Amino acid sequence: MSQLLIEPSPHIRCTLTTQKVMLNVLIALLPAVIAGTWLFGLRALVLVVLCATFCVLSEWLFNKITKRKQTISDLSAVVTGVLLGLNLPPSLPIYMAAIGCFAAIVVVKQFFGGIGQNFANPAITARIVLMLSFGRYMTTWSAPIVGSLTSPDAVSSATPLAAPDVMPSYLDMFLGIRAGCIGETCIAALLLGGLYLIVRGLIDPVTPVAFIGTVALCALVGGHDVPMQLMSGGLVLGAFFMATDYSTTPLTRRGKLIFGVGCGLITSAIRFFGVYPEGVSFSILIMNIITPLIDRYVRPQPFGAKVKKTPRKNREAVQ
Amino acid sequence: MKLNSIKIPHLKKSASLRTVDIKLPEKVIIAMSQHGGVPCKPLVSVGDEVKTGQLIGDTDAVMSAPIHSSVTGKVTGVTTVLNVFGNVHEALVIETVPNQVLSDEIAPPVINSRQDFIAAVRKSGSVGLGGAGFPTHIKFSYDPGSVKIDTLIINGAECEPYITSDHRAMLEESEKIIDGAKQIKKYLDIDRAVIAIESNKPDAIEKLSGLAAGETGISVVSLPPAYPQGAEKVIIHSVTGRVVKKGELPSSVGCIVLNCSTAAFISDYLRTGIPLIKRRITVDGNVVNKPKNLIVPIGTRACDIITAADVRTAPDRAIVGGPMMGITFYDEEMPTTKTTNSLLLFAETKKPHHTACIRCGRCVRACSMGLMPTELERAFELKDVERLKKLDVDLCMNCGACSYVCPAKRNLSEKNQLAKMYIREQASLKR
Repeated sequence: MSQLLIEPSPHIRCTLTTQKVMLNVLIALLPAVIAGTWLFGLRALVLVVLCATFCVLSEWLFNKITKRKQTISDLSAVVTGVLLGLNLPPSLPIYMAAIGCFAAIVVVKQFFGGIGQNFANPAITARIVLMLSFGRYMTTWSAPIVGSLTSPDAVSSATPLAAPDVMPSYLDMFLGIRAGCIGETCIAALLLGGLYLIVRGLIDPVTPVAFIGTVALCALVGGHDVPMQLMSGGLVLGAFFMATDYSTTPLTRRGKLIFGVGCGLITSAIRFFGVYPEGVSFSILIMNIITPLIDRYVRPQPFGAKVKKTPRKNREAVQ
Repeated sequence: MKLNSIKIPHLKKSASLRTVDIKLPEKVIIAMSQHGGVPCKPLVSVGDEVKTGQLIGDTDAVMSAPIHSSVTGKVTGVTTVLNVFGNVHEALVIETVPNQVLSDEIAPPVINSRQDFIAAVRKSGSVGLGGAGFPTHIKFSYDPGSVKIDTLIINGAECEPYITSDHRAMLEESEKIIDGAKQIKKYLDIDRAVIAIESNKPDAIEKLSGLAAGETGISVVSLPPAYPQGAEKVIIHSVTGRVVKKGELPSSVGCIVLNCSTAAFISDYLRTGIPLIKRRITVDGNVVNKPKNLIVPIGTRACDIITAADVRTAPDRAIVGGPMMGITFYDEEMPTTKTTNSLLLFAETKKPHHTACIRCGRCVRACSMGLMPTELERAFELKDVERLKKLDVDLCMNCGACSYVCPAKRNLSEKNQLAKMYIREQASLKR
C-alpha cells in the first residue's frame, strides 16, 4: 500500500484563486479599455498596456532585488497597471506613467508587504502622486476622437466638472464622449464591467451603491445636476473598481456601507466646496486610511457570544 | 437573522444504492475509547471467548458509554490504537469465528420509567452516530424539574459532501427513525419532534413526511442545503430560530439534537436489546470504483473496508468523516469506531499552496458563527491571546467553511484550532 498523507481539514477547496479573482477584474475592465481606445485612440491603449507592463516589471524587479518569492503571477500588478492607465489622461507622457507605476507598486504596495498588506489603493495613490507632481499634464485633456483611433495632435479640452458651461448631452456622457481620463468617461462600459463583478460575486454592490447614492443625494440637496454629477469625473470608475479593492476597504458589509457613504460625502465636499474640481481619488484614499478603524469597530456579531463589558481602563489593553 | 453558510458540491454518489453488509472480517480491533470522553476498562482478557453483543468494556465515569463485542470470536490480544484525534487508547483484538452467535445477555430492556429509559440508553452503548459521538444517555439525563425540553430535533441534514449513511438510514430505516423519535418523546415527555433534512434528499423527506403524518407531534422540515446546516447550533437555529449561547448546551434553549441514525438505533435497541455493535459507513472518494454504504461491525479495520471498497488505485489520502471536517489517518490497521460515518479514499488530489491573504472577506461571509477568520489568523500569528479571546475563537467548530472559500487557500480553520490549543496551553502555564 502507498503512504497515506496527513493534513488538516477541510480536504476540498473551492476553485477560486487570487489569480482568478484578478483575471475577472481584468475581464471586467476590458469594456472600459476598449471604450477608452475607441474614444481616445490607439495612444490611450498603448498607455494602458504600458502601465500594466511597468507595474508587473516593478513588482518583478522589487521581488528580485529584495530576494522575495515572485508574486507577479497573481496578476494583481496587471490590475493595478490597467487601473492606473485608465485613470490617466490619454496624452500623458510615457515616462510620467512609468513613475506612477513605480509609485503604485513599489512605494504603495511592496513597501508595505505586497498584496493584501497595503493600506492605500496603489492606483489611486499613484494617480494622486502624478496629480501633485505633474499637475499640468494630469489636467491636460484631449477631446475624444471617437472611432478614428489616431489623431495628429491632442486638442486641449476641459472636463465637464472643470468647465460646467461646456456640458455635453446626457447620452454623450453615458457613452463617454467627453474629455477625461482614458477609462473614466464611458459610463456604459464601466457599468457593464461593474455588473460583471457583482454577478460573479467578486464585489459587494453595497460599496458602489452607497458611494454613488451618497453623491446623488448630496448633488440633489445642493441643487446640482444629478445625472451629470454621477456620470462625470471618475465616480463610476472609482466606485466600482477602486472603492471595492479588497485590501484597502473594510471586510464586513456594514463596514463597506460606511466606506461607500464616506467616499460619497468626501467626494461631494471636494466637488462642491473644494479647490479641486474632482474628489473621487482623494475620497477613496482618505477612506482607505480610515479602513482599519472601521474594521476595528464594525464586526459581525458572533453567534450567541455573550456581550462583554470591559472596564474602561482595561479597554485599551484588550483592543 | 440568517446565519452565514456556503455552497459546496454534494457529490453524494452512493445515495441511491442499497446498503450492503461487509463480509465478516477476520478480526476486529475494538478501542476502549469510541468517542470523546472517558475511556472504558476492558472486562475480558486475552484468551476469552466473546459473543456478539457481549459487554467487553465499561466504566463508572459519567461521560462515557459501555462497549460491546461486535463479533463472536476469541480475544487474541490487548493492544493500543492511535485514534484519529491523535490519542492512544487500549484496544481489544478479537479474531472472529465463522459461527456468529448473539450473546445470552441480550434481551429487550424493560422500561417503566424515565430513569429506566435513560439507563437502557446507557446500557445500549449509544453515542451520537453523526460523527461527534456525544453519549446519548447524557443528552437525556437532564433534570426535568429545572430544564424544560420542548423540541427534539432529529438531525438528517447530512451536509457534508459524499456521505450518505444518514440518507440511506432515512430511506431504509424510516419506520425506526419515527419510532425512535416517538419513544424518546414519550419517555422524556417532549412536546414535539422535528426531523430536519436538507432539501437535496427529497426521497427521504417524502418518505418520512408520509410516516410522520400519522403521528402526533412529529413533523419533517426541509432545510436549504447550506453548509454547515447539520452543525448542532446551526440546525437548532434553522429549526427553531433559537440561539444557543456561547458555552451552553442545546438544552439551554429547550432542544435536544439527535442524529437520525441514532434515533433508528434506539428504536432497534428497545425492540431487540442488541447494543450498538455495527453501523452504516459510506465508502467513497476518487479511487473508489463503486461508492456505497456498508454495514460494518464496530472495530473493522480500515484495510478491510478499503478491500471491500474496490479501489482502482492505492489511495494517498484516507479520511474518516467527510471532506470538510473529516480527519486523515495513516495507519490502515486503524479500526472504525461508533462515530465513523464515512471512509473517503483519494489519490492525486494535491492541495494548492497558500498565498497572501487579499482581505477579500469571503471567510467572514462564510462563517456561520459570525467570526472573522482572517483577523483570527492574524491574531494567532501574533500569539495575541487577549485578541483571540475577544474575537471569540472558542466559537469556531472547525467546519472548514472559511478555508474552503479562501481564494488564497489559507488554512484558516486549522489556525483556529491551533489558536484554541494555544489559549489552553497559556492558561495552564499561568496556573
